[in-house]
Parts: sequence; C-alpha cells; structure tokens
Amino acid sequence: MKNIQVLGSGCTKCKKTAELIEETARELGIATQVTKVTDAQTIMVYGVMSTPAVVVDEQLVHSGSVPHSNEIEQWLK
Amino acid sequence: MFLVFTDLASWLIYGVVGLDANTRLGTALHFFVEDVSKIFALLIAMIYVIALVRASLNVERVRNYLAGKRRGIGYLFGSLFGAITPFCSCSSIPVFLGFSSAGIPVGITMAFLLTSPLINEVAILLLLSLLGWKFTLIYIAVGMGVGILGGLFLDSIKAERWLQSFAAEALHKAQQGASLTVTGVTEKMESMPFSRRHQFAKEETLEIFGRVWKWVILGVGLGAALHGFIPEGWLESHLGDGQWWSVPGAVLLGIPLYSNATGVIPVMESLIVNGLPVGTTMAFCMSTVAASLPEFILLKQVMQWRLLVIVFLMLLLAFTTIGWLLNALTPYM
Repeated sequence: MKNIQVLGSGCTKCKKTAELIEETARELGIATQVTKVTDAQTIMVYGVMSTPAVVVDEQLVHSGSVPHSNEIEQWLK
Repeated sequence: MFLVFTDLASWLIYGVVGLDANTRLGTALHFFVEDVSKIFALLIAMIYVIALVRASLNVERVRNYLAGKRRGIGYLFGSLFGAITPFCSCSSIPVFLGFSSAGIPVGITMAFLLTSPLINEVAILLLLSLLGWKFTLIYIAVGMGVGILGGLFLDSIKAERWLQSFAAEALHKAQQGASLTVTGVTEKMESMPFSRRHQFAKEETLEIFGRVWKWVILGVGLGAALHGFIPEGWLESHLGDGQWWSVPGAVLLGIPLYSNATGVIPVMESLIVNGLPVGTTMAFCMSTVAASLPEFILLKQVMQWRLLVIVFLMLLLAFTTIGWLLNALTPYM
C-alpha cells in the first residue's frame, strides 16, 4: 500500500490536492493511505517551502501547486 | 486608452439603466462600472504577461540565492524578492522555516515576508493606472523601506532568541555549517520552453484573478460609495490638514480591517481624490494590508508571543511614522 502525505498549512489548495489524490486512487483501484500534514515542524523536515507538497513513501515528489491528474497517476503506479 | 471603459460605463448606466448623470447614485454607479471593468481588463492582461516572465522564479531559488549573501545587501535583496516572488500567504510558515534552515538570518527572512504582502505586481500596476507614477514610486519605496528597516531592527535586537525552539535550532545548526541537506524539486524549472511558460501563466492568471476579483469589487464598491456619498470637501475640511492624531487613528482603524493590496488600492484612490492627505491614506492602507491579526496568529507556530508582539508593534510604529513623514513632506512633492 502506498503511503501518501500532503503537506500544507490547511489552505484550500492543500485540501483539493488530498481529495484529488484519493479520487484518482479510487478510480485506479489502488490502495493508498492519504494523510494531511499541517504541522510546521514536519513540513520543515522535508525542506518544503511552497505548499501544497506531496510525499509518496517518504519521498518528496511535488511542491507548490495542485498536481495534475497525470502526475498523480504516475506516483500511484 | 482607458476611454473605452468610460464609454462602456456611460452606455450602461446612463443609457441602458437610464440613470441621470447628475444624481449621486448615477455618478457612484458610473464610477463603479468604469473602475471595475478597467481594473479587470488590466489585471487579466498584466497578470498573464508578468507570469510569463517570472515563470522560472520560485521561493527555492530565492532561498538558494539569499543563503549566499552578506547581511547588508541581504536585507535589500530579501525585500526585493519579497516583492516579486509569487507566493501565497498560506506558505509563510514553510518559507520562514525553509529560509531559517538554510541559515538565512531572521531579519532577512522577515524583510522578505514583510514586503511580500505590501508589494506585488498587481498592486504596482493598479497604482500606476489609478494614481500615477509618482505615487507608485512612493508606495514602493515605503513598502521596501518597511521590509528592510524592519529586518535590520529585528536582527539588531537578536530576534532569533524568541523563535520557537525547533525553528531556532534549525537556524543555529545551519549557521554552524551543518546545513540540512535540502532535497526537493529545486531545479526542475530551469530553462522553460514557451509552452510550459504559457501553461504556467494561464494557470496563474486564472488562480490570481479567481482570488482577487471579489476584493476589487469590494474595494471599488467602497470607493464608489465614498465617491458618491461623502459630500465633496468633507474629508478635506475635516482631515485635510493631516492633523497629527489622524495618522495613528488610521493605523488603528486598519488593524481589524483586512484586505490584500489589490482590494485596498481602489479605496486608496478615492480617499486621495476626496482630499485625504497622502500620509494618512498610506498609513491606513499599509495597516490594512500588512497588520492583519489572522496572519499574525499563524506566525505563532514559529515565534514566541514576545517576538510576535514586537513585530506587530514595530509595524504599527513604522506605519505611523511613515504617515507623519509623508504628510510633512507633501508640500514639497
């Protein structure tokens, strides 16, 4: 199972990102665990400065915008 | 060039709706339609063009650049980048921490964060079209001045003492040379082809416009109300001499009010046109934009109360001083 974290201080874009990932995972039938991380200290550990950012299995893959659906599909595969 | 918007407003309000141009309601609505249509058209065109140019600028790059700078010049560049880097205020905490863990002094980081809400391309272009180049230059100088001097001041009182412990630790470690290895998507934006730039600019335009259009309507609406319903000369005869208390009064009034720079500029225009002195207007507007309580509460995550209060008071004092200065200098401008 993929473990996905969405980093961000709770702005609307971050919520949108998390929803989009969950939706895409459901469509593709891939089991994922999506968690939203709002804690500043954790965000700092990943060295992220522009949110929303996406971490897949502890690996930072994206930051600064709501990702495109084809990007999300790539992370999930 | 802007006549087309005047004509549009005349056609709509005096023609289609059939209001009389000599009534208060008529002039207020005319002003509203003219300004909103003009500002919307300008915004869309300008956000797109500017986004094309700055598509490859991002906070990661700015951080890498600032991390290598000496202090003196660092405040200037911190403030300058704060003005031009696209970044949403909901990212100020991650940016603060990112800068700190790259060893950038608190003052330079704050120069970036303080200037950022005050100056951005939308605000500058709106000012240019509504109030002219002279006023725009004053606004930019004041905005950057607040960032630079504020940053210098915070470093001179060793503000890093009052950070939350994990943030202070990250800063300390980085300054000892054990900089965190910053992984990430830093360099992915190198040499962008036009299609990517266009895509970025298009998204940026939609996003920014989607965020600011309601502020413009609100701002211009308020401006129109002032325009049509405050008796001509009332502001001027009551506050026109720049009475000393009117400046701190304007700053205090601005605290509970919150707007971004885009929304406040149309209000600024009508206050000035109605005869409110430049310094008082500026103090009010800067306070509305930069000293907003919700944003400050967010900073609590990285700062102790003491520092938070210091920064807040520093801003209020700065805006008041600027207001007095500008009012005193107005006769010579």
